[in-house]
Amino acid sequence: MPAMNMIQALNSALDVMLERDPKVLILGQDVGYFGGVFRVTDGLQKKHGLTRCFDAPITEGGIVGAAIGMGAYGLRPVVEIQFADYIYPAYDQIVSEAAKLRYRSAGQFTAPLTIRSPYGGGIFGGQTHSQSPESLFTHIAGLKVVIPSNPHDAKGLLIAAIEDDDPVIFLEPKRIYNGPFEGWRDRPVSSWAGHPQAEVPAEHYVVPLGQAAIARAGEAVTVLAYGTMVHVALAAAAHAGIDAEVIDLRTLVPVDIDTVTASVRKTGRCVIVHEAPLTSGFGAELSALVQERCFYHLEAPIVRVTGWDTPYPHALEWDYFPGPERVAEALRNVLSGEVA
Amino acid sequence: MTTPAQTNAPALSLHVPEPPRRPGEAPDFSGLVLAEAGAVARPPVHAPAETLRDLPYTLIRVLDGSGRAVGPWNPGLDAQTLTAGLKAMILTRTFDERMYRAQRQGKTSFYMKCTGEEAIACAQAGVLRREDMGFPTYRQQGLLIARGYPLVDMMHQIYSNAADPIKGRQLPIMYSSRDYGFFTISGNLGTQYPQAVGWAMASAYSGDDRIAAAWIGDGATAEGDFHQALTFASVYRAPVVLNIVNNQWAISSFAGIAGAENTTFAAKGLAYGLPSLRVDGNDFLAVHAATAWAAERARSNLGATLIEFFTYRAAQHSTSDDPARYRPGDEAALWPLGDPIQRLKAHMIREGVWSEADHQSAEHEAQEAVRAAAREAEAVGTLGQSRVSSRTLFEDVFAQPDWRLRRQRQQLGV
Ligand SMILES: Cc1ncc(C[n+]2csc(CCOP(=O)(O)OP(=O)(O)O)c2C)c(N)n1
Ligand SMILES: [Mg+2]
Repeated sequence: MPAMNMIQALNSALDVMLERDPKVLILGQDVGYFGGVFRVTDGLQKKHGLTRCFDAPITEGGIVGAAIGMGAYGLRPVVEIQFADYIYPAYDQIVSEAAKLRYRSAGQFTAPLTIRSPYGGGIFGGQTHSQSPESLFTHIAGLKVVIPSNPHDAKGLLIAAIEDDDPVIFLEPKRIYNGPFEGWRDRPVSSWAGHPQAEVPAEHYVVPLGQAAIARAGEAVTVLAYGTMVHVALAAAAHAGIDAEVIDLRTLVPVDIDTVTASVRKTGRCVIVHEAPLTSGFGAELSALVQERCFYHLEAPIVRVTGWDTPYPHALEWDYFPGPERVAEALRNVLSGEVA
Repeated sequence: MTTPAQTNAPALSLHVPEPPRRPGEAPDFSGLVLAEAGAVARPPVHAPAETLRDLPYTLIRVLDGSGRAVGPWNPGLDAQTLTAGLKAMILTRTFDERMYRAQRQGKTSFYMKCTGEEAIACAQAGVLRREDMGFPTYRQQGLLIARGYPLVDMMHQIYSNAADPIKGRQLPIMYSSRDYGFFTISGNLGTQYPQAVGWAMASAYSGDDRIAAAWIGDGATAEGDFHQALTFASVYRAPVVLNIVNNQWAISSFAGIAGAENTTFAAKGLAYGLPSLRVDGNDFLAVHAATAWAAERARSNLGATLIEFFTYRAAQHSTSDDPARYRPGDEAALWPLGDPIQRLKAHMIREGVWSEADHQSAEHEAQEAVRAAAREAEAVGTLGQSRVSSRTLFEDVFAQPDWRLRRQRQQLGV
């Protein structure tokens, strides 16, 4: 099996789908000849043709609106929004249109599009290259939201998203494109080489939407995470020496409630981790779900470790980013019962 | 997929624009139609918009190939203004080169040059007043430099260090200086355009005499914000100068992806009924004259003007970019409208107000100024060596922090 980093795995998913299905096409800023600013579409225009993978004008609303029209015709467009921080001009098209076509037309029109976008921090990108806007989409009825944490899942989930008949927001944690990141700012960067989840089949396969993965089995406490924070959570468990069960949600909507519930009922404790700010973050939804389903199994309050309720900073990135020290402290606190 | 209708009509095909040349090929500028210097008439500022409809399809130029200033748009600048403009361009280019190197040396994370585009901001900085408000993109550092904003403060921002005037909040080069008429730069393209119109409307509403100006790239004109701004500017006759810096490229996308195959960027103003000029952006005198015309219209309560500056992005998009992957390597060197510094220099030498020796000493002066500023900024610290105190993370979210921010600050232990 070839070893791939996340960029190569995503490229492979797109390549496979362009090959298999003439209805699949890709549009976005700089995705054509150049192959994308993160190289995810590298070589695809050359291989599959000018009209299969092409540059779009700098108008995110236009890109998504056009993709909705293409989807209504019967194509399966895959859109790249260059950074998730630039998705807001498309918000109306996503929220009012893509998410609602099926419902409001009673199934006459659908929007089978996939909106890919690099998101998240840890790259000194400042406020316009670091945001985690997932909860702006998880809140919208009619949207699915997917966030992979490794090359293998990235490919399988992206293929599943493209094959899905409804709009999927596919957020790619850019900090781990080239290697897993445990959140220790001072340690050397690692690559995906040699990582078991960097073994990526060259051919078509699917990681089904709506299924979480257990990144680390454990008994003491459940950690719910996704994207880069899966790696941070694993590092935190090791750092704290705590037998945590780390669940990689992979799909936020629809969330794999059975896996989450079974784990928290087993451990009786739950820590939720995300980079996005605390208030109204996806952690709030997870916390409510766990409380509703696991209340009588809980032995400590549910704790969220998240970005602060500030815009994403530049110089103070490492004060903002919820790194392994903060997650480890939360793990210790839910075990000792010292939760404020 | 829907089955194609069974008619005898020819099959449709999708058009995707492509630039004339790619890496490895010789640049081709044969598609460029350039008016001669001096060829375009200069209408009075109160000329009604419907009499100005040819202007977006030509090119206002003053400097001819031999360095003469010709035609009705010649602003007739005195030696002092020319010298200040040329020095500002030289300083801007020197600063860019130094900071580009600083990024390569790991002193900061990111940098963007404006090489080849210096005439635009440097000429406009002298036409617009410091009390006016400019809403720039990341490629108008020349506005600050030409106005004498301290280079060391720009470097503190680039290094995100403890002396950064905006407290390390933004990516390098995203300056902000209210005192210098320089609105806080947003990384989100296009957002500044309607804001500039609103600022101008507020000035008009208040019976003030200040105007606003905004800049946008060719690529970003595709954003809805651009069109929203033109609508507001037209409807409310806002006192604003709306600049488009058409440097032919938006990262790897040539201007055809922004619609330039079918019309000019200036022509987009026509549908909104806005007087719209198309100007040689590498010609300091033409930039100066066109901006003065637009500013006078705005100050006379005649409303907004749209100006397309036709130029070429000679450098990479940013330190994260490599243009050799998508355009011929020598395209910049062969750009038919030349280099703005060389062109103004040739003109001034011809006019007898400048010499090679003056030029060399101006370059030397610029090097010294940049070096001194760098020494001072690096003494405070480069990226990561020095930063504002962690407690500032929670400041300026609101005028007064609420309980959540106070508690989160405690949790961080600062
Ligand atoms: C809303 C938004 N979309 C995308 C981007 C990413 N981006 C940054 S610069 C750029 C190209 C801009 O080109 P242009 O407007 O021509 O300005 P130039 O860089 O040439 O000065 C893109 C696509 C962004 N910053 N904001
Ligand atoms: Mg451009």
